[in-house]
Amino acid sequence: MQKEHEVAMAADSIINWSLLSLSAPGWGGVLLQGFFNSIQIAVGGYALGLLLGVGGAFGKLYGGPVTRDLLECYTTIVRAVPELVLILLLYYAGTDLLNQLLGAVGFGTVDISGLIAGIFVIGVVQGAYSTEVLRGAIKAVPAGQIEAARAYGMSPGKVLRRVTLPAMLPYAIPGLANLWLIATKDTALLAVVGFSELTLMTRQAAGATKAYLLFFCAAGALYLALTLVSNIFIGALEKHARRGFVEQR
Amino acid sequence: MTDETTHALAFTPEDLPNGKSFLKPHRVALILIAVAVIVAVAVLMRWDWLPRYLPRLGWGILVSMVMLFSTSILGFLFAVPLGLVQVTGPWYLKGLARIFCTIIRGTPLLLQLWLLYYGLGSLFPQFPAIRQSFLWPYLREAWPYGVAALTISFAAYEGEVMRGAFAGVPAGELEAARAYGMSRWTMFRRIWLPRAIHRALPTLNGETVLQLKSTPLVATITVVDVYAVISKVRQETFLTYEPLLLLALIYLCLTGILVVAFRYFENRIPTRGA
Repeated sequence: MQKEHEVAMAADSIINWSLLSLSAPGWGGVLLQGFFNSIQIAVGGYALGLLLGVGGAFGKLYGGPVTRDLLECYTTIVRAVPELVLILLLYYAGTDLLNQLLGAVGFGTVDISGLIAGIFVIGVVQGAYSTEVLRGAIKAVPAGQIEAARAYGMSPGKVLRRVTLPAMLPYAIPGLANLWLIATKDTALLAVVGFSELTLMTRQAAGATKAYLLFFCAAGALYLALTLVSNIFIGALEKHARRGFVEQR
Repeated sequence: MTDETTHALAFTPEDLPNGKSFLKPHRVALILIAVAVIVAVAVLMRWDWLPRYLPRLGWGILVSMVMLFSTSILGFLFAVPLGLVQVTGPWYLKGLARIFCTIIRGTPLLLQLWLLYYGLGSLFPQFPAIRQSFLWPYLREAWPYGVAALTISFAAYEGEVMRGAFAGVPAGELEAARAYGMSRWTMFRRIWLPRAIHRALPTLNGETVLQLKSTPLVATITVVDVYAVISKVRQETFLTYEPLLLLALIYLCLTGILVVAFRYFENRIPTRGA
């Protein structure tokens, strides 16, 4: 009898849906705020990563020997060291450097917002990944197309804008789509430096209410929803980018 | 995840420099600058704490390695049926495997880890049957949850890779095996599995490096791996950069060793032509 009672109690403590309500006693609002922060960082970091990636890919393919080697070091280190370690290093080093710079100029120190620091950290990591994805995509563009553009007398900037970038997109989109999904999941690592994104908020809510399973499953559902919604857009985008390609099989 | 994406995320054997054309004038200059930076770091920063922590660091590295290899091997053993079922299984198994892979690949590993450790860890003590079972002494420790989370994650990612690899084995080879009168099991053991693993090998190497990059997460549930040892150093010495730089260097070396080993094994596997 007692055993059944305990099991029933356990089941009761697993599912107490009122804990997820949006207003004060429930933690739903806190979770959604954390989710919103996560998305902000993912979008910002992904955009910064794309910028770095375009620069990095072109530097690696068309830059001088020193540029190439330095970029090789950048991508090698980011791809060989765990994100968690990089995030800690960049987080402390980035905020420290900025404060020292501001101090040297005479502004005094500032409290750098977690959002900016998070975007910077995720962006630098994503930059190395997108460098590699974009480099592969540019190399997949038939060399004749770029040569033809040059033969028409286009300047390097124009070749990039009119030929290389549009022609490489179909090759780059699957990889870039994966990087977006990775960016959304990497934001969870910022929990370790204390940024109030979804995973940390979830842990705090779970710790306060002891309803661990409920909150972690709820957060998992939010992340999963983000992935699935992203996948719908990615599918449409890929279809659009591959129009005019000969369908395989 | 495609082969190219894995390559973009993880340092793989293709990235190793080849000996012939490595040394060029500008590289010599860059190497000299790098050596100067390393000497400056060694002289100007505080490293007096290092000897005291060396034994613990060694243990930490060992724990990280055990985590990496045990979860990769276990994960791969789960990945083979996961991939196979998605290619040839009945619809319900196919669906289940797909749902499993989607859920695991769609949520952060850190969240899965905390769900297992805090969630299941808080649920288990409520059942006397579990508390009295022989598993209880293990379930009170942190490492089984770490191993479970890393294994599940590796199985899901690798399951997708194996699905592609199983599907990519030319049908003619399987038909030839059947024509020789091989049973389904013999065909799987002799033709299908070896060919699929061969096809998946480059991605498998990349995924293993990615798995190494995931292992420090177990430190957040109190498993004492090399990352946790460095965190301890940071707490006790109030240093920020020196321990983290050392940690990055350790992981760089571990990845390097892993990748060199992979290249050695890749070169030993015969391939026909290009």
